[in-house]
Amino acid sequence: MSDIVITGVGQVLVGEHWDVSIRQLAARAILAAIKDAGGQKPEAVYIANELGSSLSRQANLGALLTSDCGLEDVEGTTIEAAGASGGATLRTAYLALRSGLVDSALVVGVEKITDVVGPGVDKAIAETLDTDYEGMLGVTPTALAAILMKRYMHDYSVAHTAFADHPVAATAHGVGNPNAMYRRAITCEVYEKAEPVCDPMNLHDIASYADGAAALLLTRRDLVRKDFKHSLVRVSGSAVVTDRLSLHDRPDPLAFEAAGAAIARACRQAGILPGDVDVLELDDAFSIYPVLSIEAAGFAPRGKGTTWLKDTVERGKPALASMGGMKARGNPLAAAGVYQAVEAVLQLRGEAGGCQVRGARKALIECLGGAAATAAAHVLEIIP
Amino acid sequence: MEIPRHWRLKQQRYALVGEVCPHCDAKIFPPRDVCPECGGEAKEAYNFSGKGEVYSFTRMSDGPAGFEEQAPYTVALVKLAEGPVVTAQLTDLGDARVEIGMPVEMVTRRIRQDGDERGMIVYGYKFRPVLR
Repeated sequence: MSDIVITGVGQVLVGEHWDVSIRQLAARAILAAIKDAGGQKPEAVYIANELGSSLSRQANLGALLTSDCGLEDVEGTTIEAAGASGGATLRTAYLALRSGLVDSALVVGVEKITDVVGPGVDKAIAETLDTDYEGMLGVTPTALAAILMKRYMHDYSVAHTAFADHPVAATAHGVGNPNAMYRRAITCEVYEKAEPVCDPMNLHDIASYADGAAALLLTRRDLVRKDFKHSLVRVSGSAVVTDRLSLHDRPDPLAFEAAGAAIARACRQAGILPGDVDVLELDDAFSIYPVLSIEAAGFAPRGKGTTWLKDTVERGKPALASMGGMKARGNPLAAAGVYQAVEAVLQLRGEAGGCQVRGARKALIECLGGAAATAAAHVLEIIP
Repeated sequence: MEIPRHWRLKQQRYALVGEVCPHCDAKIFPPRDVCPECGGEAKEAYNFSGKGEVYSFTRMSDGPAGFEEQAPYTVALVKLAEGPVVTAQLTDLGDARVEIGMPVEMVTRRIRQDGDERGMIVYGYKFRPVLR
């Protein structure tokens, strides 16, 4: 079977786009990816979206978003897996191409948050929890991340300051990313002094929810012209794993087992070890998430995740949150995993501008739905 | 608000009724069709004591829609004496300093109310520090 390759990428600035609708956001990313792929049109369009029905009151995006940007006679469907939607949608496109039934597929992640402001947004996002036994009691994903962080600090005697390294590194990298929502680096001191939100978390332990859209065009390598205009990136590993939805149902809530399994499967398929990658994009929706993910993936023993992140930021290999992560780029939920893939492609092609990781050849990207209730991981590699 | 949805959960919300697995004797909450411990079919009702301890908690400074007026409030994972963990609000805290491991017990409280003054009021479980 021929390799599955990414031939085009597109993205829009993450932020509060009051003047732009969900359809326009998606169209901009889709058209940019098609242009980047030299005008190649997809046979199938797979859409990652979480909140269209609740915040934009818009379902059936498969028909809306394709026809809006002139894609006729294609198949278009939405895939939803909360914050892991982007990775799950890339996985769906990968499966379709591997099946041989689809020759070219477009993945677009789109999230339109700002059609609603205030507590209504938190309510909609809380619908990704168990509504009967979590959401209806006033709990949100943010509160659950805080509960995890508090227990982690208690069990391993880790101070809040120890979580600073990932957000500090991410915001430093975001400065060079023209599509990032925030382009100002924070210091450890700024991190530590931010406004409390859900103890022990403060504002800088949380990535801002924001509007965004990102897109990828994929095909099989044997279908690409020999004189194609830029280097191809191969999807060499792909995995989605689910866990019990609620933290209260898991024997060990601090073990992100789905994250560990997804990363292990994607790396095994690619024939690499997680530590072999040059670029590592972890889900950093909350600062406890990357800590639990790297422990689950075996980078660090339990309780040592913050130490590993600190050492890795100093060493610079693998590069973490190389384009700012969710912390600086912003967190457009279902689109976040597609942004990760777009950013990894730019790094591997050597087109990441001020964020470029020198000599980047392999990238591992991971996105999570809820507190690793769903985990998606992909390995991307440049074809020399 | 969705009346049937709350009505069918009344045993869980008001009395913390879960299940006991007929195969492995595991106590299960929330109730479900399959025992999470042994994979067998589970359907026998079991009344939990409502006693437990705090696994972890946080104080939310803002609530989602429907909970704005309650904020700030404290939510926790409570490990029940019978084994399962339940997500719930803590209540009646007064000056009590919440800590991991703190003994708590279930009480019935108003969970939320429709913004509309004629709307439904949802009652259910919260947990308070054990009265000494």
